[in-house]
Amino acid sequence: MAIPLIYNVRSVRARWTSTIVAVLGIAGTVGVFIAMLSLAHGFKATLVASGSPGNALVMRAGSPSEMMGGVTLESIKVIADAPGIARDANGPLLTQEVVGVIPVPLISTGTDANVQVRGVSPNVLEIRKFAKVVQGRMFAPGVSELIVGKNASKTYRGLTLGNVVDFAGGRWTVVGVFDAGGSAFDSEVWCDSHILNEIMKRPANIFQSVTVHLQSPDSFQTLKDSLTTDPRLNVDVIREIDYYAKQSTTMTKLITVLGGLVAGIMAIGAVFGALNTMYSAVSERGREIATMRAVGFGGSSVVFSFLLEALLIAFIGGLLGCLAVLPLNGLTTSTMNFQTFSNLAFAFKITPVLLMEGVIFALVMGAVGGLLPAVRAAAMPVATALRSL
Amino acid sequence: MKYSRLIFANLLRKKVRLILTIGSFAVALFLFAFLAVVKDAFGRGADVAGADRLVIINRTSIINTIPLSYRDKILRIPGVKAITHNNWFGGVYKDEKNFFPQFVIDPEAQRKVFPELIVPDDQWNAFLKDRQGAIVGARTAQRFGWKIGDRIPIKTTLYGGGAWEFNLDGIYHGKRPQDDETQFWFQWDYFEEKIPEGVKGQIGWYVLRLDSPDDAVRVAKAIDGEFANSPSETKTQTESAFAANWVKQFGNISFLILSIGVIVFFTLLLVTGNTMAISVRERTSELAVFKAIGYSDRAILFFVLAESLVIALIGGVLGLGLAMLAIPALGKALNGLLPALILAPAVLALGLVVAVAVGIVSGLLPGISAMRMRVVNALRRV
Repeated sequence: MAIPLIYNVRSVRARWTSTIVAVLGIAGTVGVFIAMLSLAHGFKATLVASGSPGNALVMRAGSPSEMMGGVTLESIKVIADAPGIARDANGPLLTQEVVGVIPVPLISTGTDANVQVRGVSPNVLEIRKFAKVVQGRMFAPGVSELIVGKNASKTYRGLTLGNVVDFAGGRWTVVGVFDAGGSAFDSEVWCDSHILNEIMKRPANIFQSVTVHLQSPDSFQTLKDSLTTDPRLNVDVIREIDYYAKQSTTMTKLITVLGGLVAGIMAIGAVFGALNTMYSAVSERGREIATMRAVGFGGSSVVFSFLLEALLIAFIGGLLGCLAVLPLNGLTTSTMNFQTFSNLAFAFKITPVLLMEGVIFALVMGAVGGLLPAVRAAAMPVATALRSL
Repeated sequence: MKYSRLIFANLLRKKVRLILTIGSFAVALFLFAFLAVVKDAFGRGADVAGADRLVIINRTSIINTIPLSYRDKILRIPGVKAITHNNWFGGVYKDEKNFFPQFVIDPEAQRKVFPELIVPDDQWNAFLKDRQGAIVGARTAQRFGWKIGDRIPIKTTLYGGGAWEFNLDGIYHGKRPQDDETQFWFQWDYFEEKIPEGVKGQIGWYVLRLDSPDDAVRVAKAIDGEFANSPSETKTQTESAFAANWVKQFGNISFLILSIGVIVFFTLLLVTGNTMAISVRERTSELAVFKAIGYSDRAILFFVLAESLVIALIGGVLGLGLAMLAIPALGKALNGLLPALILAPAVLALGLVVAVAVGIVSGLLPGISAMRMRVVNALRRV
């Protein structure tokens, strides 16, 4: 027969000081667990959002990142004719790109950080359809004008609409601010790729990567087969979304490993706290337990009841931990993207799944912390326990 | 210590609770040491930098190159003792995840500019004679299990791509534990020979050593002035400024980890302190008996304080000791993902101070209330 749950709820309330110890320990652990995972999650989401499944990236074969690529203008002409690429009235939807980094002071610290500057084709907004110019206008082809991502505009000094900035030996006017839907492009600065090549004194007809919009996501294989078998080309074709997902792996792994270690160490501490609380609960209530046994509750009911109590405490702790980290959701931070050596802004992303994982983590800690004390409670000899007070 | 038996008897009254309390204390301090070490690993750079070194990069950005021909002009500037130049090679060993920094170096000058990275003379001489020779830091050698004499292919996608072959001629060790032991060096001549015509004669950055650190500002200005309005303008800064800037770009990540960690650490301590306080409160009536039979208020306070201090100390020593054992192992396991993890003695000392402080605070509150209580009231509560 089961012991009513209300018994546990009342005893948790009656011994609230020692309950708080366990609840706080578990809440802290769950908070850290969720915070770290949401950080890794946010970083990954930002990069993954940068790629759309309807786009493909063409780079020189073997390049791990577009910064190290090299595609000549002749190759681009070949690529433009390949099957599977979407077209509009002005021809194939294709942007030939060059990326570089420029040091620009951060507004927050005043020290330089690397901003990724991307030379693109003027029709880039047709290819990256999620990007929209929200202030000002698109840059004009052939002149040194910039449009800046909304995060870049907020993070760096001087990247505001109408401002003139000097970099790479050129003088640029910021003519627009674009919103790329929370992707990595929001941390970038875009301009005409021909002008960027010219000003950065790079070879005029070499670009680092080409991004094309596919007729449909399914035409990727057609395009890939056609380009990789073409003897005139030596290129890799990769879905844009896969490319950016891969970029996020190092940092995601770093955060996950570090966060996992910290949360793991804390979990041990929290389990100790839970054990302590439950053991003292058991020893304080020796007479109560014995009474329950005496009136006919079985040993397993006692184990179950105490385990339930530990789970209840853990559940409260888990919920508290979730609530404590919720304000972090959407908070923007930035770090270096190892693959591009440039600064990337991203936000904590707390999802319902993460919260649920946090609560499950709490319940596991509660179960581990509650089991031994519960068994001890059930194993207490009834007669001696009744006599002891 | 005539009371020591009493204190220990009290401590051992509830063994399970004692072990758990000591255990959570140990966990808290282990976490403290771990976070301190991680913070140190992220923020390294700046304290490894030599005060007498300057870094010269292309004004446009770090990924733009500078002509090698600048070297002689820089050497003519008074106050410059030695100069070396490096290129970023950006290759990987076998697989993309085996990433580590490879630098093309000027073999003549590298050791003069970085005297703290030590290569035995016989290994260095073998390297000088070997066009395809390479020197690697001890940490990277250990990561991939390389030995001197190994032939190492490094895949790159720059400079025409393909795998470049190197002979491992030597392993360097840092003089100090925080020195970077992950770099891979190879000869400028081999590099120049293999790269395409268009990019020959271009180096990534210069590092120079000054006669005196006091000259840093003057020399930096002289260098940047010399190349102002040239096709490749330069930006010269002290190595520490360069490194600090680099570190700052990792930005908030380490700050976030730390601030979360600090909150958590204090929660753990609060929780542990509270447990200790509860165990004192449970014994109120006993303490009242002590007072009733004539122990002074001070003696009561002393009992309580001594008990919590002993728990804190044992827990602290245990946690920090565990950290001393575990952190080198963790550092090994995370080789390649994190910089070297070093547990500084100062961290251990600070950890002990924190442990003692928490021990005192958590004993003080219940101790004082025990000291102040009126015997009659306390005895009546039983």
